[in-house]
Amino acid sequence: MTQPQFGQIDIDGLHIQLGEANRRFEALQDVSIHMAPGELVCVLGPSGCGKSTLLGALAGHLTPSSGSVRVDGVAVAGPHPDRGLVFQHHTLFPWQRVLDNVAFGLKMKGIARRERHRQAHEMLQLVGLQDFAHSYPAHLSGGMQQRVEIARVLINHPRVMLMDEPFGALDAQTRLKMQELLLAVWARINTTILFITHDIDEALFLADRILVMSPRPGRIIEEIRIDFARPRGPELVTSPRFTELKRHCLALLHPATRVVPLQRLTPLGAPSLTDIHFAI
Amino acid sequence: MSFSSSFPAGGGEQPSASSPLSRPASLQRRWPWSLALAIPPQQWWHYGLRVASVVGCVLLWQWASSTHLNLGLITFQNVPAPKEVAQAGWALLQSPKLVSHLSASLYRVFSGFIVAALAGIVLGMLIGRLSWLADVLLPPLELLRPIPAVAWIPLAILMFPSSEISMIYITFIGALFPILLNTIHGVEGVDARLIASARSLGSGRRAIFTEVILPAAAPSIVTGLSIGMGTAWFCLVTAEMIAGQFGIGYYTWASYTIQNYADIIVGMLFIGIMGMGSSALIKKLGNLLMPWYLLQR
Repeated sequence: MTQPQFGQIDIDGLHIQLGEANRRFEALQDVSIHMAPGELVCVLGPSGCGKSTLLGALAGHLTPSSGSVRVDGVAVAGPHPDRGLVFQHHTLFPWQRVLDNVAFGLKMKGIARRERHRQAHEMLQLVGLQDFAHSYPAHLSGGMQQRVEIARVLINHPRVMLMDEPFGALDAQTRLKMQELLLAVWARINTTILFITHDIDEALFLADRILVMSPRPGRIIEEIRIDFARPRGPELVTSPRFTELKRHCLALLHPATRVVPLQRLTPLGAPSLTDIHFAI
Repeated sequence: MSFSSSFPAGGGEQPSASSPLSRPASLQRRWPWSLALAIPPQQWWHYGLRVASVVGCVLLWQWASSTHLNLGLITFQNVPAPKEVAQAGWALLQSPKLVSHLSASLYRVFSGFIVAALAGIVLGMLIGRLSWLADVLLPPLELLRPIPAVAWIPLAILMFPSSEISMIYITFIGALFPILLNTIHGVEGVDARLIASARSLGSGRRAIFTEVILPAAAPSIVTGLSIGMGTAWFCLVTAEMIAGQFGIGYYTWASYTIQNYADIIVGMLFIGIMGMGSSALIKKLGNLLMPWYLLQR
């Protein structure tokens, strides 16, 4: 595997406040993360801890209150195809067939139809959906829709891929398959991936490194290096080392003191802000 | 916004109107010359019932008019029987007057409707996305909206050089608001995540409008166009009765003044058929442009 050149993430002293006037709260508090190009890092934390907010800041949909977010040394200022974003529920355009959904990024670059379809076919092959190029998203299962979503992001050859609990809405079987697929795809394209999840098994299975976040205000409370050999297979999850790490994560996520469950946040801010008008 | 609740979002069509469209495409294409074959046997009952309902209404009408039914509050003494109406309708079908009446009405309806569609969709998309424009344009529009198109007739006659243009203006006013409001409603309902995704995939301002907001709001816009087509006919007929010299509304009113009572009902039926056909045309066009939309329901 060649070492990629691009996709270095540097987040320093990041604070983000969300909400209106007197209901303003600190979603992220003094978060610093450094990722090497090609690294796969999972951010693990309870619901509403601000892990999606972190992703939103990297994607360029949320503005930091203070601190800096840089990719390859350049400060993040608004969304860019170099930073692909995958949501928990797919955001495929229901009016476009799978092929055109995947080719959308290339259309935005002004690439001719024939060429963008050729590349989209390639991408669909990568995620194993070449036979569904002419289906509408509504015809696909949840797992297939997420695969198309991933292909749509990858066609732009992003420096980093930001994934917000992308398999969280899938059933357990499909989720396992998708995790293996993601690792297989990542082994080939080797982009930097920041993967948000609240599923400990998922984080342990995927990551080079896990960052554990505390409930609101979100802070990084622990960093765990995961040194399982790659390629990883399903037998990994029953190994003693895996169980040991899982126990450790459980203790971090469920401290003895009872915590009040928090409202879910999204990469676009608090849920009450979903009707915000973007500055377009 | 407060008014959005009064208009059905995308899927508010009548089941009777949408069910033929849910048939497989291969069967649809054979319509209408082998309609009976196109209907699956399990639906014969429904179609039979619908036909029986229309036949029943005509029989009731025949009975009421032939017996000169008088209920005190309402009387059928001067109402022509179905047979007379059919004869009058046949006579009109063969007379050259029909084409000039219908073409006059169609020309007015479609002129007013097309201008209203363009204005309503463009304004609606801008108002839905730009809050400052909503602040500027919505208050006067909200003030004008409750004024029925009929109330515009005197002023329209004063404002426009010919009665032809003033009638087109009335249909325009009638069609504008349903189209405008449904467009705004559709634009406001666009999933913010779709827009965020499009921006992350490299869409600029203009591409967001053409590639995301317009198609996402399209089902709602088509609903608006369909309702707008109905109100356009409604307003046109009223305008023609007052200001027209040709047109199907004028024909209906003129038939009353010269006491051709059967022709009144012929005119009414033509208005119904033309309005129904125009709305069906809009729906058909909508389904052709949005094949993906039927899949979602």
